[in-house]
Amino acid sequence: MLSPGIISRPVYKGLAPDAHAKHNLIAAEGEGAAAVLDMAAKTPEGFFARSVILFCATGSAGKGYEDKLKALAPASYWDFPTIPTSIFRLKGALSTASMGTRLYVAGTEPFIASVMKEAIEAGIDYKSVITEHRGSAKRRVQCVHCKGFTENVTASPFVCSHCGLSLFVRDHFSRRLAAFQGVCVDAEAPGEVPPVEELYK
Amino acid sequence: MTMSTDIAVRVSEAETIAQDVKRFRFVTLDGSPLPEFSGGAHTVVTMHDGDRVRRNPYSLMGSPSDGSSYQISVLRTVDSRGGSAFMHDKVKTGSELMISRPVNLFPVDRRGRKHLLIAGGIGITPFMSMMLQLTREERPFELHYANRTAGRAAYVSHLQSAYGHRVHTYFDDKQQMLPLARLLDGQPLGTHLYVCGPSGMIDWVLKSAREAGWPDENVHSERFQAPPSGKPFTVTLARSKKTIEVAEYQSVLEAVEAAGVDAPYLCRGGACGQCETAVLSCEGTLKHNDHYLPDDEKASGKKIMICVSRIDGTNVVLDL
Repeated sequence: MLSPGIISRPVYKGLAPDAHAKHNLIAAEGEGAAAVLDMAAKTPEGFFARSVILFCATGSAGKGYEDKLKALAPASYWDFPTIPTSIFRLKGALSTASMGTRLYVAGTEPFIASVMKEAIEAGIDYKSVITEHRGSAKRRVQCVHCKGFTENVTASPFVCSHCGLSLFVRDHFSRRLAAFQGVCVDAEAPGEVPPVEELYK
Repeated sequence: MTMSTDIAVRVSEAETIAQDVKRFRFVTLDGSPLPEFSGGAHTVVTMHDGDRVRRNPYSLMGSPSDGSSYQISVLRTVDSRGGSAFMHDKVKTGSELMISRPVNLFPVDRRGRKHLLIAGGIGITPFMSMMLQLTREERPFELHYANRTAGRAAYVSHLQSAYGHRVHTYFDDKQQMLPLARLLDGQPLGTHLYVCGPSGMIDWVLKSAREAGWPDENVHSERFQAPPSGKPFTVTLARSKKTIEVAEYQSVLEAVEAAGVDAPYLCRGGACGQCETAVLSCEGTLKHNDHYLPDDEKASGKKIMICVSRIDGTNVVLDL
């Protein structure tokens, strides 16, 4: 349910190389690898020699993105089995990075949000991070009532995985929590839950 | 900004502190406290010089939390349109002036991990209050302060005794160059850069920072640009139904104010965007001197920043 009035809803402008960056830190997840490969057509000479690529295959496992990303010949390349393990490595990379480093993120919204949260904690302005959404539209949602997070939400309303309330998924987004907001849908008339719509497949 | 929000002040101190630089301290006429501000803020001083009214912005230099007085420093500029000369020659201890409430278009970004301050000459003034705030909030900073000569450099000994090793000075006549490339290289992630000084220096720092891969979001600048002069022309104010002359050394905003029309403004230097005005028609070419409008909007001929921009032609019709 796209509500144009909600300004916290992130906007992803698409990957584009910063020709001046001394170092590029590129984090990709799943189909986000294809966005990195597409950007490679537009990168200036020597771009990937100044780049570190962190990749987590998730749903794209078996598609061979690992070899294609390695073929870009980045200064270093790592792949990770899960999003949390890639975020752990990203934290380390950010802790030693200096100004002149540009961060790029491509993948699903929960992945972009997790990377963005680390970037903000490392002192990066979120507006300077270059992002592209690829793959599923699934969301990470926080229940505003019990504060529990539910991962991989594809429909609204959905049942909170913690407290069991039926939650309407809003476009309200928290960069600090890296999650959208879920609000009880039947508070006024308990039990009257509107039909489930698969909005975020 | 209407006159009614301005504050009446008296000059309690006027002191020469470097070649062509004077410091003024203002207190309110009725003894009431002045508003608190934040580091980097400025005030607009209204000067009545005979029939002529000038309004110039000056950075507030004192402690942001000290409402007992405000301090500004004024450089006498060679190509002065008269404002800085008026402050130097006519404003003395006991003089009364009107000043605007503080406006901050050059604030500290509190998300920054470190703050790199680069000042050229009189561009030191916004950093005086900024450094007091950064110190109080225990945020790491460095000041790099360039001047033509030691005699022209304001507040150097004060800054060195207050901030010690965090202050670095460079003097042109001693062939000391501000080591910009080195400063931009290897700063910790989350460093924010702030530059204030002559236009050429600001351009150099902004360009160098971008070429060193700094995101625009981490680079902040403030210019105090006097409105450029040019050939006289007339302005027709469509809503006020008036046609007025803009003289060679006058800005459109000043001419509009002199005609008794209240136009919005904040910085009076082509930076903030507050005075953006729609152009209804123009007999001539718009001469954009601002740093606010994007190039496509400048080219569209539909908008003008009346504090610094003018026309090369005979008449322009504005939606005012």
